[in-house]
Amino acid sequence: MKRKAMFTTAWLAAAGIIASQAASAQGTIKVGVLHSLSGTMAISETTLKDTVLMMIDQQNKKGGVLGKKLEAVVVDPASDWPLFAEKAAQLLEKDKVSVVFGCWTSVSRKSVLPVFEKDNGLLFYPVQYEGEESSKNVIYTGAAPNQQAIPAVDYLMKEVGVKRWVLEGTDYVYPRTTNKILEAYLLAKGVKQEDISVNYTPFGFSDWQTRVAAIKKFGSAGKKTAVVSTINGDANVPFYKELGNQKVSAEQIPVVAFSVGEEELSGLDTKPLLGHLAAWNYFESISNPANKAFIDQWHTFIKNPKRTTNDPMEATYIGFNLWVKAVTKAGTTDVAKVIAALPGTETPNLTGGIAKVLPNHHITKPVYIGEVKGDGQFNVVWKSTGTVPGDAWSDFLPGSKDIEADWVTLKCGNYNKTTKVCSGQNFK
Amino acid sequence: MRTLPSGGRQLSWLLLALWGVVPAHAQSPNDAAFVSTLGELREATYSDKAGIVDRLSQSGHPSVRAVLTAFMEDRLYFRNDDQKIFIGKTADGDPLSLIDPISLKDAGTAPADSLTKIGTNNGLRGKIRTAVAHFALASPDVSVRRDAVREMSTSLDEATVALLRERSAVETDSGVKKEIDTALALSTLDGTASDARVAAIGTLSSSVSQDVRNRLALLIEKSPEGAFTESDEKVRRAATAAVTRIDRWRGFYSGIETLFFGLSLGSVLVLIAIGLAITFGVMGVINMAHGELMMLGAYTTYAVQQAMPEHIGISILVAIPAAFLVAGFTGVILERTVIRFLYGRPLETLLATFGVSLVLQQTVRSIFSANNRSVVTPDWMSGSLRVNDALAITYNRLYIVVFTVIVFSLILLVLKRTRIGLDIRAVSQNRAMAKAMGIRTEWVDAMTFGLGSGIAGVAGVALSQLTNVGPNLGQSYIIDSFMVVVFGGVGNLWGSLIGGMSMGIVNKLLEPFAGAVLAKIFVLVALILFIQSRPRGLFPQAGRAGEDK
Repeated sequence: MKRKAMFTTAWLAAAGIIASQAASAQGTIKVGVLHSLSGTMAISETTLKDTVLMMIDQQNKKGGVLGKKLEAVVVDPASDWPLFAEKAAQLLEKDKVSVVFGCWTSVSRKSVLPVFEKDNGLLFYPVQYEGEESSKNVIYTGAAPNQQAIPAVDYLMKEVGVKRWVLEGTDYVYPRTTNKILEAYLLAKGVKQEDISVNYTPFGFSDWQTRVAAIKKFGSAGKKTAVVSTINGDANVPFYKELGNQKVSAEQIPVVAFSVGEEELSGLDTKPLLGHLAAWNYFESISNPANKAFIDQWHTFIKNPKRTTNDPMEATYIGFNLWVKAVTKAGTTDVAKVIAALPGTETPNLTGGIAKVLPNHHITKPVYIGEVKGDGQFNVVWKSTGTVPGDAWSDFLPGSKDIEADWVTLKCGNYNKTTKVCSGQNFK
Repeated sequence: MRTLPSGGRQLSWLLLALWGVVPAHAQSPNDAAFVSTLGELREATYSDKAGIVDRLSQSGHPSVRAVLTAFMEDRLYFRNDDQKIFIGKTADGDPLSLIDPISLKDAGTAPADSLTKIGTNNGLRGKIRTAVAHFALASPDVSVRRDAVREMSTSLDEATVALLRERSAVETDSGVKKEIDTALALSTLDGTASDARVAAIGTLSSSVSQDVRNRLALLIEKSPEGAFTESDEKVRRAATAAVTRIDRWRGFYSGIETLFFGLSLGSVLVLIAIGLAITFGVMGVINMAHGELMMLGAYTTYAVQQAMPEHIGISILVAIPAAFLVAGFTGVILERTVIRFLYGRPLETLLATFGVSLVLQQTVRSIFSANNRSVVTPDWMSGSLRVNDALAITYNRLYIVVFTVIVFSLILLVLKRTRIGLDIRAVSQNRAMAKAMGIRTEWVDAMTFGLGSGIAGVAGVALSQLTNVGPNLGQSYIIDSFMVVVFGGVGNLWGSLIGGMSMGIVNKLLEPFAGAVLAKIFVLVALILFIQSRPRGLFPQAGRAGEDK
C-alpha cells in the first residue's frame, strides 16, 4: 500500500514534469528578425523589422500559428557583414528560431548563407537582387532580374522606343551583375555595342557634372536614349539634381531606377525627378482593398500617418504569410518539413495577384513601372499581364544559361542541364 | 527631318488657320463636341489619350491652349460624382480651386478626394508640349517664344514652317529670329534646289547645336555599299565644311565646360578646406570633427527652411549667417571644453575630436532621425545659364564658385585687416611673445577655432545644395579637406586655394578618360608622390613660424 502510494506519487510527479515540459514547448514559436538597426543600412532595414513585428502582432491576434503564439527575436547586425553571420548563428544555434526574416544587401545575404546551410535554418529574403543563386534554405521573395530589370528594359524598348542605352551604376556586385545581364540581353535584342554605354561611380558619389554632361552628349546622337540606373542610395539625390540643373528632362532622356522607391523619395525634393521611372513589383499608389488595409494597418502600427510603404515591405508581408501557410500545411515548424511544404504554397499579394513559391525558391510577382509624381508617389504607366515567375539563373548570361534550380524534383540549386551535374548550392 | 504623322499635319494647318481667327472667336459653336472629346480622357489608355490630344487641338476651340497646358502640367481633373472635367489652378493642394474648361472662369473649390487626376506619361507630355508650342509663338515673353521655336523645330512640317515664316517677318528679338532662321534652314535641307540648300548649310554652319550637326552629318553619310546617300556634290562639300566647323566649336566649348566643372569641384574643395586651413593650418589642431561642423551647417539650412517655408528663395541667404553662428558657437564650446587641454598633443587631439564627431553625428540622428532631410533648392539656384547651344553653366555651381571667392576674400580681409586677425597671426607665429605683449592668447585661440568652425558651417550651407543632408554628410568630405590643406601647404590660405582648385581641375580633366573611380585614385597617388618629394606642400610656410610646426 505504501509502496503503491509512492509509485503513484512518482507517476504523478513524472507526469507533471512531462506535462510542464509539453506546456513550455507549446508556449511560443520563435521568429528571428535579422535586419540592421544601426549603421548605414538602418535607414532601409529598420522599416522591415517593424513590418515583421507588425505581422507577428497581427498573427498573434488571430490566435498565432498551430495554436501557439509567435515570439519575435530581434537582433542588430549593425550593417556589418561579418556580424550578420555571427548574429545568424546566434539566432539558429542559441535562440533556436523556427524561421528568420532578414538581410537587405547582397553581401549580407552571401555572408549568412553558409550559416543557414550548415545549421539548416530557413531565411526569407525580401529585397530585389541580382539572381545567380538558389539555396535550399532561402526563399527569395524579392525580384530576380527577370522580374524587374528585364521588363523595365522591355518597356523602354517597346513602348518608349529607346534605341541607345546608358547603364549607370554604383561600383559593387548588384549593379555589375545586373548590368552584365542587361548588356547581354540588349545585344541579343539587336542593339549595337556602340549604342550601349556602361559606367560605374563610387559609393556616395556627389559630383555628377561630368557624368551628366557625358550622358547628355551620348543622348544627343539623334536616337532616343534612356538611362538604366542601378545607382545606390545616397548618390541618387545629387544625380537627379544635376540632371535637373543641366535640363535633362524625363521626356528627353528618361532614367529608370531599380533602387529608388517611396521610402527613398520621402527624404527628397522631388521637383527634379518628375517623370523619371522606377520598376518595382509593388507601389504604394496602387489602388486595391488589400493594399489599402495594409497601409492603414502600417500607419496604426507605426503611429505615423505619413510613413510610406514600399516594395521590400510587400515582399516581407508575402514571405511572412507564405511561411504561416506552409507551417499550417506541414503541421509543424520543423525546418525540413516546412521547406518541403513551401514550393506550391500560394498567398495573395497586395496588388490583386497571387504569390506562389516556385521549385527554385523564388516566387511569382507582377511587374509595375511607375513615373515619379510631385507628391513622392508613383503613377503606374505599365504593368505585366499577370505575374512573372522568378528565374534564379539568368538565361542571358553565357555561364548561367544552362543552369537550373529545382528543389522539388532535382533537389539541386545549381544543376547544369547539358553536363547533368549538380554543383551543390554554389554560394560563391 | 522627322515629320509629323498626317494627324499632326492637319493639326498644324488648323492651328495656322486659327492663328488669325482665335481672338474674334469668343463664342464657339462646338462647346458640346469639345466637352465630349474631353470626357473621353477619363477612361482612356495612354495611347488613346495621344489621339484625343490630337482631336482636341484640331477642334479649334478657344480654350484648347488652357486645357492642354493644364493637362501637360498634371492639373486636369474630373469630379467623381458627376464625371465633369475641370482644370485645377494648382497641381496639388486641398481643397483645390477649379476653373471651368469651357468658359475658363472660376468654378469654385472642391476637396481633393472628390476629384480624380487625369494622368499623363513622358511620351504624352512631350506630345502635348509640341502641340502647345504652336500657341506660344505669339507669347510676349522672349524665352517662351524661343522655347516654342526650339520645340517646333523638332518636328518640321509644311504648316509649322509656314507658321515660323510668318513669325520670322514680325519677330523683333534677334535671338528668337536666329532660332527661326535655323529651323527654316533645316527645313530647306529637305528640299531639292541645290543653291538654296547650300545657302541653308551656310546659315546652319554658324550654329553650334548638336541637332543641327546630326542633321548635317546625315548628308555626308555613306550607305553600307560605300556610296554617298546624298547625290549633290556641292551640298556634300558644304556640309563637310560645316560639320568640321561645328565640331571644332563644340570641342572648344566642351573644353570650357570641363574647365568650369573643374573650377566648381575645386571651389567645393576650397570651401570645405578653408575652415580647416585655419584650425589645422594656423592653430595646428587636427580637428576630425570638421566634417560634422559642416553637417551642422547643412542641418541649419534645413531648419531655417522649415522655419520660413513661404520664403524659400531667401532662406539660403538667412541660413549663411545662421550656420556660421551655430557651427562657430559649437566650435568655441569644443575648443573650451576639449581641445584647449590637448594643445601640443596632436594624437590625443585627433582621437578626442574623432570621438566628438561621433557624438555630434548621433545627436543629429536622435534629433532629426537617420533619414536624409530634403533641403529645397530655391528657383534662382536651379537650372542653368545658357551661353549657347553647346555651353550651359548650371546656376548652383556658378553661385558656389562666386560664393567661395567671396568667403575666401572675407577671410583674408579678417586676417590681414582687423584687430582679431592681427592677434590670430601674432599668436600663431609666436605664442610666448604674443602673450608677453598682452594678447589674451586663450581668448584668441577660442576665437580662431570659432572662426574656422563657422566657415565649416557656411560650407555646409553650400553642400546642402549639392548633396544629401544626412548624419553622414561630414564623413564623406573630411578626407578631401585634409588632402587640400596638406597639398596646399599647412598654414597657408593661398596654398589651400591653389591646391583645391588644381585638384578639382585635374580630377575633372581625368574623369572623361579614366572614369570617376580611377580619376580619384590617380589624384590620390599623384598627391602621395608630391608629398613624398615636398612634404610641406605647395607653399610651405617660410621662416621661423614655419620651423616651429
